[in-house]
Amino acid sequence: MSSVPLSAYLALGLILFCIGLYGALTKRNIIIVLISIELMLNAANINLVAFSKFGVMPSITGQIFALFVMAVAAAEVAVGVAILIALYRNRNTVNIDEVNTLKH
Amino acid sequence: MTLSGEFFAFISLALVAVVGGVLLLNLTKVVHMVLALVFTFVSIAGIFILLSAEFLAAVQILIYSGAITIIMLFGIMLTRHDDTKEPKTGLLRKLLLFLGILGFAFAFYIGIYNLDFGEVSTTLHENNTEQIGIALYSKYIIPFELTSVLLLAALVGAIVLSKNDQEKEAKKE
Repeated sequence: MSSVPLSAYLALGLILFCIGLYGALTKRNIIIVLISIELMLNAANINLVAFSKFGVMPSITGQIFALFVMAVAAAEVAVGVAILIALYRNRNTVNIDEVNTLKH
Repeated sequence: MTLSGEFFAFISLALVAVVGGVLLLNLTKVVHMVLALVFTFVSIAGIFILLSAEFLAAVQILIYSGAITIIMLFGIMLTRHDDTKEPKTGLLRKLLLFLGILGFAFAFYIGIYNLDFGEVSTTLHENNTEQIGIALYSKYIIPFELTSVLLLAALVGAIVLSKNDQEKEAKKE
């Protein structure tokens, strides 16, 4: 019935996760790091939804779990941007390698 | 894999998603990066439709391409974003990270490249939203209520973190 196999969806999720991981580890701007984390969460969502259709026991549960992941991601972004703005007000920077107060 | 409309839709959506991700890594201006990621989010919504999750596709468009992108743009506009000078991270570190992630991707690809459970659900697309609603309000009611508590905590936390500290400002002046 379906002409696209499960492994194609999983491979797409894997590629997007790797792009997000590379961006989160190499970029300096905190906003880009947050966005890369969003991309990784989205890649995980693709896997969850793919398993809800092609898994061992196909059911709606995967889609509901993806829904919860989206809610948590939205909350995380709101708090992350709030921390970013507070940090910018105090330290006047958005670069992640200049935020090293805990190191000294 | 046979040639069909679903296959072409998957290939084009996956291509747009990956190109959006690569543009995110390679563009220099922060606003352009965020706009490149909107392409990825919208094409992931298309992938959800192919996987018979229409409700999640709508939620994806609303939350990710709508709300999260706007929040990110607010974050960019409220801070200094004209900083495009050369990053201090060394080329060697980037190369090592790239190799490490390549190895990670290869290890996972070995695990998934011919994964197939042989079962395909054929009832997920019938009344998709109704199915999600029934499951959410019967079987998953406690996580659903806990999510509302989490969202409230995030709302209060975000306001407390980002509000102007009036006393401190008054002391400084």
